[in-house]
Amino acid sequence: MTTETLHPPKAAAPGRPKLLKRDGAWPWLFVSPLLLGIAVFFLWPIIQTAYFSLTTWGVFGGSTFTGVANYVRLFADPQLYLALGNTLLYTGIVLLGVPLAVWFASLLNTPGLRFASFYRVLFFLPYVAMPTAIAMVWRIIFNGDFGILNYLLRGIGIQGPYWISTPGFAMVAVAIVGLWSSLGFSMIILGAGLKNIPAELYEAAELDGAKPWRQFRSVTVPLLTPSIFFVLIITIIGSFQLFDLQYAILGSPATNPVIPRSLSLVYFFYQQGFVSNDKGYAAAIAMIIFVVIGIVTLVQFRLQKKWVSND
Amino acid sequence: MHISSRPGSARRRLSLGVAAAVGVALLASGCSASSSNTGSSGTYEAPSKDTKAELTYGVWDQTQVKAIKANLAGFNKEYPNIKVNVNVTPYDSYFTKLQTEASSNTLPDLFWLNGPNFQLYASNGKVEPITGEVKSGDITLSNYSSALDDLYSLDGVQYGVPKDFDTIGVWVNKALFEQAGVDLPKADWTWSDFQTAAATISSKLKGKGIYGVAGGMDGQTTYYNTIAQSGGDVINADGTKSGYDSAATKKGLEFWTQLIESGSSPTIQQLTDTSADQWFTSGKVAMFWGGSWARTEVGDSSIAKDVQVYPLPKGEKQATVIHGVSNVVAAGSKNKAAAQALQVYLASKEAQKQQGDMGAVIPAYTGTQTAFAKSQPGVDLQVFLDAVDYAVPFPVSKNTAAWNALEGSELPAAFSGSKPVATVADDLASQMNALLAKEK
Repeated sequence: MTTETLHPPKAAAPGRPKLLKRDGAWPWLFVSPLLLGIAVFFLWPIIQTAYFSLTTWGVFGGSTFTGVANYVRLFADPQLYLALGNTLLYTGIVLLGVPLAVWFASLLNTPGLRFASFYRVLFFLPYVAMPTAIAMVWRIIFNGDFGILNYLLRGIGIQGPYWISTPGFAMVAVAIVGLWSSLGFSMIILGAGLKNIPAELYEAAELDGAKPWRQFRSVTVPLLTPSIFFVLIITIIGSFQLFDLQYAILGSPATNPVIPRSLSLVYFFYQQGFVSNDKGYAAAIAMIIFVVIGIVTLVQFRLQKKWVSND
Repeated sequence: MHISSRPGSARRRLSLGVAAAVGVALLASGCSASSSNTGSSGTYEAPSKDTKAELTYGVWDQTQVKAIKANLAGFNKEYPNIKVNVNVTPYDSYFTKLQTEASSNTLPDLFWLNGPNFQLYASNGKVEPITGEVKSGDITLSNYSSALDDLYSLDGVQYGVPKDFDTIGVWVNKALFEQAGVDLPKADWTWSDFQTAAATISSKLKGKGIYGVAGGMDGQTTYYNTIAQSGGDVINADGTKSGYDSAATKKGLEFWTQLIESGSSPTIQQLTDTSADQWFTSGKVAMFWGGSWARTEVGDSSIAKDVQVYPLPKGEKQATVIHGVSNVVAAGSKNKAAAQALQVYLASKEAQKQQGDMGAVIPAYTGTQTAFAKSQPGVDLQVFLDAVDYAVPFPVSKNTAAWNALEGSELPAAFSGSKPVATVADDLASQMNALLAKEK
């Protein structure tokens, strides 16, 4: 599994290198607990995973070096492309939540809105609740025969599908929950960004005769782009690592026949590594996930110059 | 897949009839303060009473812990200085954890193993044979169902005996039969009796959303049984060749595809959203193929008073799969002698009878099962015990999990009717054979 640490882009303070030099080893000493943790729990596992992806494992441990055999097999494995496609589908749907979050966050930021904190708590609640508990509830909501979702749909004359047991719909169902539960977190980040937009700008816009919608488009959104950028990065990385939510909603292949057709990348990794105990192959999948997330994030940082306003 | 079983508990062995044999063994071992040994020599001597050791006992079912503790109290009367820590890991992660422990040689000294996983551990030398205990008479194989003894033997070597067993029966909701005006089944019913009853109930009670039977994706409770009943097999006796391409096996699968196709059962999608046992316990399905372990769930449900159990209907012959969990000793245990003494104790009649008396599990030791049969008044649980006579072994090979995954990914296409059974089964057989060929 891959994990990345993100720092919002910041301009380096001038004169910083000099400072470092003068302080000698002290700064290193202070960051060493963090560095040590990262090295032991992130860097070393990444290096090991990279190595293991070149080996084949016995059922009870013991590995032999087999070069790129795992990768050759992986690139010929239709499940990889299926999992990649499913993950992209999921990510795409969850990303629809970002514009929604921008919209909701600015509504919540309306001056003089009553019960603003109450709404904020309401939206943030899904993010705080246990994913497994959320999944249990959604499983019941999605139930084809007895779920409330299909009951409501029947009310308006639509026969809803068996959400979690129909290939195609299963992934959409998981993504709906993913979108819903990520909304609160995005809104908190965006809300903080909104607070940083000087009120004078709105006053100036108002004096120039800008209506709320125009203010939203010409003041709010452009000045919010750094926060939107951060939310996008976090959401995409989180979506690529989809596993627990999916596992909890859809279940395992033994209980849900659509799983083999609804694998996400990490679910695919889990199956190979922990169900089939093919640890070397799983390591290769983990490396692919790592590289894919790396590339996507890199591309985003490149593109950011085009649309993110830096003051 | 549901591989669950539960046992009860045991007590001092010395006070029983077996005392003589054990006593002799103890004397013979000459109270040589050191512990006995087994292994390649294939001999076993009970360790001396004052053996000091601390053991870990790995299990997955929290509901059995009370009975296990009772067993251990009995064990400690014999061996007061052997401390046993019971380590419970939920079933979902039990085998993932076990595999990690086996890889790093940190397995619990004694632990539960089930049929599908046994050969993997035995063939890799992770569990200790019980050759010595059998030779010394501390464990007598004929006290347990031979189908279950076979489950824990590999290449002629025995590694454990069952601690409990479960068989499959048809749980019936009598009230729904009455509503549909269908006569209750007879004990000697056949496939066609069953199909007729299921179809009638489904068509009569369709308006209420009630079905005759819940078909299944779970092999152990559904198609493994019908495959045996139609004279087919999932895998051949020595676990080297898939049976899915045989005509008889396909007939066993068709039993279920027809039930689903004819509307006698909910569809596979409906059964995914709401599992078969939930359909049954909420009174929406009249017949449910379930294990003896379903007793607790059914007994606690709102339909408990309307429930009865019948033997599985006959196809070409009568059959059910039988499964049971075994206690095995880790080959790498540092306290092997003490762990074996506990293994022997838990296999004893007294220990198993205590388990049966206390829990919902059927103990494996012949003659200790009466408590289970009486555990739900008015329900003929004896069916599950009588089923032992016609039970067939649970299908396993050296790497059962690998082709279990195939069954899970391939068979739903047949059950949902999107592909013909024959095509799916032939395809499954060839993929399964490819996996079996890899199993050295």
